[in-house]
Amino acid sequence: MSPLEGCSQILAVVAALVAAPLFLGWVNQCRAWLQNRSAPSVLQIYRGLRKLFHKDLLVAQGASPLFGAAPYVVFGTMAVAAAIIPSMSTRLPFAATADAIALVGLFATSRVFLSLAAMDLGTPFGTMGARRDMMVGFLAEPALLMVIFVASLLSATTALPQISERLMTQSLTLSPSLAFTAVAFTMVLLAENARLPIDNPASHLELTMIHEAMLLEYSGRHLALMEWAAALKLFNYACVGFALFLPWGAATGTAGPLALLAAIPVLVVKLMLAGVALAAIETVSAKLRVFRAPEFLATAFLFAVLGLLVHVLLGG
Amino acid sequence: MNATPFVLQLLNALAALLLLLSFAMLAQRRVVTLVNLLALQGGILCAATLLLAWRTGEANLYVSAALTFSLKVCLLPWLLHRMIRRFGVYWDTDTLLNIPGTMLIGLVVVVFSFGLAQPITALASTATRSAVGIAVAVILLAFLTMITRRKAMSQVVGFLSMENGLFFGAMSATYGMPMIVEMGVALDVLVAMLVLGVFLFKIREQFDSLDLDHLSPTDEEP
Repeated sequence: MSPLEGCSQILAVVAALVAAPLFLGWVNQCRAWLQNRSAPSVLQIYRGLRKLFHKDLLVAQGASPLFGAAPYVVFGTMAVAAAIIPSMSTRLPFAATADAIALVGLFATSRVFLSLAAMDLGTPFGTMGARRDMMVGFLAEPALLMVIFVASLLSATTALPQISERLMTQSLTLSPSLAFTAVAFTMVLLAENARLPIDNPASHLELTMIHEAMLLEYSGRHLALMEWAAALKLFNYACVGFALFLPWGAATGTAGPLALLAAIPVLVVKLMLAGVALAAIETVSAKLRVFRAPEFLATAFLFAVLGLLVHVLLGG
Repeated sequence: MNATPFVLQLLNALAALLLLLSFAMLAQRRVVTLVNLLALQGGILCAATLLLAWRTGEANLYVSAALTFSLKVCLLPWLLHRMIRRFGVYWDTDTLLNIPGTMLIGLVVVVFSFGLAQPITALASTATRSAVGIAVAVILLAFLTMITRRKAMSQVVGFLSMENGLFFGAMSATYGMPMIVEMGVALDVLVAMLVLGVFLFKIREQFDSLDLDHLSPTDEEP
């Protein structure tokens, strides 16, 4: 491992940890602007995290060790996931050990722990949220895997850095299959991160919330870690999207340290645009009934499979 | 496939859009949107025909593009919209299967039709032969739309969408049918539309509903 590779690896993780709350803050700010509300500062998420880290930790009576361990596991899996996503450089020594399918597995691990912890205390809201999250998860995962399969088929590898390198080096063509899978990926992103058509991240209405319901029993630093992990998940998904569909600007194989530096502002611009797009989608769409969620995710799956079929038939 | 010229890439993209629109029609609950999707499908068909005409330089294709535009983008959707307004049927909720199930069946149908089109693709010599599979898929998906709907209105839309698929298939396999056949088919569709309209009117008058279940004899049951 060369020093440059080590540097880009460390930079990828640190940047994800630092920038994730900032990205979530930016999305919230855009949403507020689009909805004619006065916007909170971009730093609001940091302030919330700082407050939570200083608060006392309360754990309900009868909670099993799993309840206390879950925030660390969830946060840890998200940080590891950030290490294998080529957000700024495609030379990540860590990525050699885990490909895109392992990435989906990491996301699934965090979901399992989050749901188990929510069911641990036996409160009705936590259990309900966990069940709904599992339902959304089991429908979203095949769609996400299918998206990754299409990208792998196009570049003949399942490793994320190589996929984005292939995409960067091949000549620009009009590819309907990539367009379809990009739509599918956006839908999966919305569902997996509890964004608007599936779950309203700003709502604390008991009967409709999914992700927030699972965090009801958490407090203090546990809650801070959970919220940070949620922000990291959104950031990770955005970066996977960039790696699969908009890889241009990331530092590749033989590039020097300057390319790595140049990749930072490119990523910032991409994230800002993605934030605006996400806020726009969330502003124009209404929350779906929970029982319509399968339809939404079946559509995502359909888009991904259509991408695959169109690629097989039209060869592009 | 990096060497494919841009026009062909665009044609392939349009073919993919046609397939996507067929799925959208399969999943659509509202009849008004269904008709709009049909008009959009006609529009894409027209664009693809124009593009192909420009690439191959065949004058016939310009004529059929004009025919497609006037008939499938303007006239038929207008007639359908008028019919919907007259009958007051804006909704068609009772599909026979739930929507995700229908879409999964649709995927199987697409795979099947790709297999079906393989020998045709191997025989055809046109530049757009790879789109034949998509045309077959559009036809079969329109069939599926007709099968899974109970109301007469959406069955009519499915029938018209099927014709779109046939037209696209002919276009991509042999650069369009002979002019006289095309004219005949266009006229047929128009007449079919009018006849179906009269049918719908009669069904409505008889049963006070457009549900085709009323047409199956129920008094023969033991």
